[in-house]
Amino acid sequence: MPGTISQYFTGTDYLLGLPIILLTLFALGILLIDLMLPPEWKWANAVTAFVGVLFASAGVWRIQVAYAQRGPSFTGQTAFAQSMVVDRFAIYFFYLFLGGTAIAILMSVRYLEIEHEHHGEFYALMLFSVVGMMCMAAGLDVVLIFIGLELMAISTYVLVGFLRTDRRSNEAALKYLLLGAFSSGIFAYGLSIFYGLSGSTNLHGISVYLRRQMAMTGGDADPIIVIALLTTATGLLFKIAAIPFHQWLPDAYEGAPTSITGFMSVAVKAAAWAMLLRILVYGLYPLRSVYVPLVIFVSIATMTGANLAALTQTNLKRLLAYSSIAHVGYMLLGLIAFGSGQMPASADGIKGILIYLLVYTFMNLGAFAVVTSLRQREVIGDEIDDIAGLFFRAPTEAILMLIFLLSLAGIPPLAGFYGKYFIFLSLIESGHYILASLAVLYAVFGLYYYMRIANAMLMRPAAEKEPLPVSLGMKVALGLTAFATVYIGIFPERFIGLVNWSLGLNPTSPVAMLMR
Amino acid sequence: MVPITTLHYLIVAAGLFVLGVVGVLTRRNVVIVLMSIELILNAVNLNLVAFSRLWGLHGQVFAIFVITDAAAEAAVGLGILIAFFRNKETVNVDEVDLLKW
Repeated sequence: MPGTISQYFTGTDYLLGLPIILLTLFALGILLIDLMLPPEWKWANAVTAFVGVLFASAGVWRIQVAYAQRGPSFTGQTAFAQSMVVDRFAIYFFYLFLGGTAIAILMSVRYLEIEHEHHGEFYALMLFSVVGMMCMAAGLDVVLIFIGLELMAISTYVLVGFLRTDRRSNEAALKYLLLGAFSSGIFAYGLSIFYGLSGSTNLHGISVYLRRQMAMTGGDADPIIVIALLTTATGLLFKIAAIPFHQWLPDAYEGAPTSITGFMSVAVKAAAWAMLLRILVYGLYPLRSVYVPLVIFVSIATMTGANLAALTQTNLKRLLAYSSIAHVGYMLLGLIAFGSGQMPASADGIKGILIYLLVYTFMNLGAFAVVTSLRQREVIGDEIDDIAGLFFRAPTEAILMLIFLLSLAGIPPLAGFYGKYFIFLSLIESGHYILASLAVLYAVFGLYYYMRIANAMLMRPAAEKEPLPVSLGMKVALGLTAFATVYIGIFPERFIGLVNWSLGLNPTSPVAMLMR
Repeated sequence: MVPITTLHYLIVAAGLFVLGVVGVLTRRNVVIVLMSIELILNAVNLNLVAFSRLWGLHGQVFAIFVITDAAAEAAVGLGILIAFFRNKETVNVDEVDLLKW
């Protein structure tokens, strides 16, 4: 059956694949241009990468405009023989990845110069990993999701180990690679069993099969389905770093270049969440009675373990790493609220997760931006002692860091509050009063270790007296993240509306589009 | 003579998978850990190819992607291991001990 090329690459494929194609081309371009640049011109690679992110955003914007022209109820379409679906959910995550990456690029330039590792590959790998993230968020076929996951993960392994002469960076990359590859293998094993059972690599096909099977057995899953679910869920929970699958994360965060730590904590984590929601909420939705008890256990373990471990940390990056694990615990609560609701399930829990990821992107990246700027020629600057007296060296930065920390703790007028608010609200709506009070308790607990940083910053005397130099890119990054943290906190309606839009929620259809 | 059915392949694949997981969890040498990860991915491939006897070519295409991924992962893994070895003359995981708690 000979076909023409237009049969395999249609206009729709082009439109929906354009952001991915553009990012790939820019990344390849950086690799080529880098060969011709003299060492003092390496910052030009960052500019190219930034322009690439802008072009990709324009591509996503084009998709959004094309959808808007087809009426408000048009939510998305598939491309590349149903292997990819760019719906509003995917568009939301595309913007999140691109925003996080843009800010991380701004943070990187001066940091890499200080580390003497300013190579073009750094930015190329960042763009490649964004390509992988987009495939994860828009994947409808498990093959595409798996390949996207690996593209993102392998690029990130290299970025974590980018400081070749630093032993901590080597170690972090090695640990991250071994555990990451291990979890990908387990994940792929689960996917292969789902393929074998349902005869389809498409999430839609798998979901149809599972619904039929669960209806036939009256709600009990076969042991083989349970094995497939457990292996798949293990892989997913590894990627979002929920306890007991979290051990790689503090090590990878501590050893990685600080701007990459920021990038990993927002973009890579958001991509893992997009994949988890796409698989658990769409593909494996019929199995929710099986996985919700598992998620309850994991989220309690995650909140408890991470909050306790964060208390005693003396390294800033490690403390923020444990805090980011704790945030994953809170977000998992949204999944519980969603999965245990009545049919048709209300989407409030999922909405909470999406809002959480949005505010988390800005506040956490902002906190890591401040930690990145502590790195000076002779100072590594990632211990709590290094931030001591920051208020007397760089008052603006210290105030911004205080805003980010208060937001991470969830203090009301700031963005972080709304992330927690919607998650807890959805828990109460679905009747999980004990879990909700436990989570509030841990959120208060979290305030203690954030305030330890604030205490060191504002109350302790500075070891060095001279003011902290801050580069232009870093100023822009700090300004953007601080503005977003405060703005979302004061005017949340627009962003809540954005999340409702991305899930296709309105008063007449309170069910997330992902489930249809 | 028992005919070889899909189930036989699945049992072999499950055995390989368990072998790989045990290898990752118990071996000290990073190169052997990497080899154990390859075993897990090969169990996946065997599963996919065995299932594609029932369902058509999708599984084999997935298997080709998994093979490519395994190659990329091994290449990056050995690269990182070399960078690590240059700074600290060891390939044993229990001597990777700079970062903890």
